[in-house]
Amino acid sequence: MSNDPIYVIDEKCVGCTLCTKVCPFGAIEMVERIAKIDLTKCTVCGACVEACKFDAIELREREVETQHNLEEFKNVWVMAEQFDGHIESITHELLGEGRKLANNLNMELCAVLLGSGIEPKAQDLISRGADKVYVVDRPELAYFSDEPYANVMIELIKEHKPSIVLFGATTVGRSLVSRVAVSVHAGLTADCTALAIDPDTKNLLQTRPAFGGNIMATIETPAHRPQMSTVRHKVMQEAEVDASRVGEVIIKELAEAILKSRTKRIRYVAEEEATVNIAEANILVSGGRGLQKPENFEIIRDFAKVLGAGVGASRAAVDSDWIPYSHQVGQTGKTVCPKLYFACGISGQIQHLAGMSSADVIVAINKDPDAPIFDVATYGIVGDALEILPLLTREFSKILGK
Amino acid sequence: MHFVVCIKQVPDSHDVKINPETNTLMREGVEAIINPFDMYAIEEALRLRDRMGGTVTALSMGPPQAEAALREAISMGVNAGILVSDRAFAGSDTWATSYTLSKALEKIGDYNVILFGKQASDGDTAQVGPGVATHLDLPQITYVRKIEEIEENRIVAERLLESGYEAIESPLPCILTVVKEINEPRLPSLKGKMAARKAEITTWGAADIEAEHDKLGLDGSPTKVVKIFTPPAREGGEMLEGEPGDIARQLGEKLKDIIIEAAS
Repeated sequence: MSNDPIYVIDEKCVGCTLCTKVCPFGAIEMVERIAKIDLTKCTVCGACVEACKFDAIELREREVETQHNLEEFKNVWVMAEQFDGHIESITHELLGEGRKLANNLNMELCAVLLGSGIEPKAQDLISRGADKVYVVDRPELAYFSDEPYANVMIELIKEHKPSIVLFGATTVGRSLVSRVAVSVHAGLTADCTALAIDPDTKNLLQTRPAFGGNIMATIETPAHRPQMSTVRHKVMQEAEVDASRVGEVIIKELAEAILKSRTKRIRYVAEEEATVNIAEANILVSGGRGLQKPENFEIIRDFAKVLGAGVGASRAAVDSDWIPYSHQVGQTGKTVCPKLYFACGISGQIQHLAGMSSADVIVAINKDPDAPIFDVATYGIVGDALEILPLLTREFSKILGK
Repeated sequence: MHFVVCIKQVPDSHDVKINPETNTLMREGVEAIINPFDMYAIEEALRLRDRMGGTVTALSMGPPQAEAALREAISMGVNAGILVSDRAFAGSDTWATSYTLSKALEKIGDYNVILFGKQASDGDTAQVGPGVATHLDLPQITYVRKIEEIEENRIVAERLLESGYEAIESPLPCILTVVKEINEPRLPSLKGKMAARKAEITTWGAADIEAEHDKLGLDGSPTKVVKIFTPPAREGGEMLEGEPGDIARQLGEKLKDIIIEAAS
């Protein structure tokens, strides 16, 4: 038997090329009518194993060193994200999803809340579905700081052994999660858009887009705990508030050394433009080169204001300095998943589509009837965004009674 | 000072298309490029070298073909390229990738600043930079949009947040992951291109970096891919036609429920 993670049994291969067609990574070639797997390209996803009708490709069983007794790991945890003492909406989404997973596994849903003077907020998390809230209330934790936050999470995970830990796929979540997962040797999957429990193994099944959403992968952690995920904004349903819910608040005292940080925040500057965080927005109105000049972004802002929407932009608009980079949607900007997305004067390059094509409803306004944005639009309007947007602003003001 | 920039070769998303018949990625003619975010990391490393003196090394983990990415980095002005490549790395997730890169960085040894792009355009995880920082027990500043100050033992950088930015001070060595806002990558110079052609790319395998085998590739990866599938292609929908005023009314009718719900 080969020591490679995946291998072809030459005697069984008939050279039918089915495997070369299904491989999403172009890792299989036919050499003298026998499949050869290029291990440098292969991700061991197993698509070829399933496709082969002759059982000619096998996955090597892993030498699973289960370091942990998996049974010891219980409960579903949510890392509560707070900014300036306010619980971020992503936390409500994580609690909504975490509750479902906990119910399915017959486990408790626990939240971890770090901050300074933050303890009163624990009740909010309970009313959104948490059975327990672990609170670490310290001045050093007032705002996110990479090392103390990671060290506190690592301590709590080592002590309480959760089975699943969910983080938001936010700047904070993504900066923090990898430090924690590497330290406790957990499995970690980024930017999940669906979570489920495998009915047989009870493992967490994490589904996420890759290659800018062109393919989806479902990932599990068979032999390590906890199973950790970051979850994309706006994909999961927020937990409803039930003020009558009761839960337990557990204040954790931790050793001084755990809160030490080598880095230090010396200044925080809020963005001047008082728009909603674009990843959090239910509705996003984005403008592109079709707006012609920076002043015309005012038309976008007026429209967004009526809808209570965030303002986004294409790379072209950001590169022309019409709007700050923090508003850029797409591959080199942010990935967003709002309920409603307006693409105004945006042609729809694949890099832009990668950042927004999972929105529920997409409205595209563009002069060019052949613009690729229309291939993904729920509603398409061929026309000048500068002419149509003011009319939409008026129409929607009427509908909303403004 | 020694600046090490970690880069990844990825398929150019310009070229990635789905074959509608088989529903798989079409790869013919897909060019391999340096991950777009890593271009900003390379540029920033070069600027730091210009400011502080020293050298820039580009480090990549990948197949033998990834040598091309290192040569491209050299054509931009990077001094040396190191490729970490071995069959034993096949099936690495971000845990095993972070470990492998950290072992290569330990072998390099004398780094002062290690730079990454904030994430790679194929996997989009943003996990490897902080993962390497953890394996090496280094401080990190992620999502860097500007470097304000750098001295022999200290750096101040601005981290882009959802609501603004924060200036963070860190001792060196440290790890930075950068966003697009930080700079505009330069084009290769003629001299750079010639240097790239002649450059010797150092290649290290698992044994060279003294990696423990059970932490590499498939065996070193806690996560496992269960299934890969193509999402149903998003269909183009309805085109609204008529006079602009009429179109606005039609759209209002269609979106009424969504906007009322979103506004409430």
